[in-house]
Amino acid sequence: MRIKRFSGTRILALRWGFTILFLTLVLQARAQTSGTQSLVGRRAPEFVRRDLTGHNLDLARLHGKVVLLNFWATWCAPCQIEMPMFARWQEQYGPQQLAVIGISMDDDSEPVRRMIHAQRIVYPIAMGDATLGQRYGGVLGLPLTFLIDRNGIVRAKFQGETDPGKIETSLRNLLDSH
Amino acid sequence: MRIRSIATMGSVAVIAFVLIQSPARAQSALPLAATTIPSTQLIQPEELKAILNSTRPAQPLILQVGSRVMFDQAHIPTSEYAGSGSREDGLDVLRDRVKTLAKSRFILLYCGCCPWNRCPNVGSAYKTLSDLGFTNVKVLYIADNFGSDWVSKGYPVAH
Repeated sequence: MRIKRFSGTRILALRWGFTILFLTLVLQARAQTSGTQSLVGRRAPEFVRRDLTGHNLDLARLHGKVVLLNFWATWCAPCQIEMPMFARWQEQYGPQQLAVIGISMDDDSEPVRRMIHAQRIVYPIAMGDATLGQRYGGVLGLPLTFLIDRNGIVRAKFQGETDPGKIETSLRNLLDSH
Repeated sequence: MRIRSIATMGSVAVIAFVLIQSPARAQSALPLAATTIPSTQLIQPEELKAILNSTRPAQPLILQVGSRVMFDQAHIPTSEYAGSGSREDGLDVLRDRVKTLAKSRFILLYCGCCPWNRCPNVGSAYKTLSDLGFTNVKVLYIADNFGSDWVSKGYPVAH
């Protein structure tokens, strides 16, 4: 009798355990597949890339600065509007420790070199790839911009054509907070 | 007299060259806007999802004509990367992929790099297939981008 009751409880516990485990796995898989797991509030995935001028671009070495990380491509029309603006911000807010970084999601670097030369983009640009895109939750639409605070935490994400004033307000808030 | 005739011949040659070149340049102007695709040829994401889930024998050949880097991150199951529609070398990849297919083959193009009216790839890719004589080409309408309008909705994805 005692054994029967113990078995029932155990079975119930096992059922609950399996249910919770199953739901956790499903939710985790879904979040990974869909890329919806938001990076905001989490540490920015670190990376080291060589930029198009041959210098090392190490996100970890930018701790202490506010980072504007912009994913773009030469074929992305809204990106072309944003980039000269980011270049101006780099100049304007550079003394307050802003670091703008561009990651091109083009398939090859030649058109990228031509464009940054034509647009006189002076902040560092590196080539991205699928691995880096996935680490940032899936770069499956451009432009995509992240604001990272001085401690390396992602504080904002802007997907698609965004009001520049909105990005600048968030940026200034981060620059003002120490 | 001789100088005048050389000058005339030169002018004629220049005009002929311009006339010959102009149509060719106009034809290869890239990219064509997605909005040039007839609305009757568009297919909505939920329709495509239903097609993929169905057991109908004639499944479309699904071709991504945007970015290889994006395709490598996530794409529609069974789809293939077929070159960037905004580049002439990308369209060559597309032409090569379809060269042995029947003109009646159901082909579905998609990109999703950018908002629909900003997409530089699907318009030229669609026109290329139409010019080649393909009669059953549809284009997936992606309003904002592949991430928001397909992946985030939980539709099937391959990596």
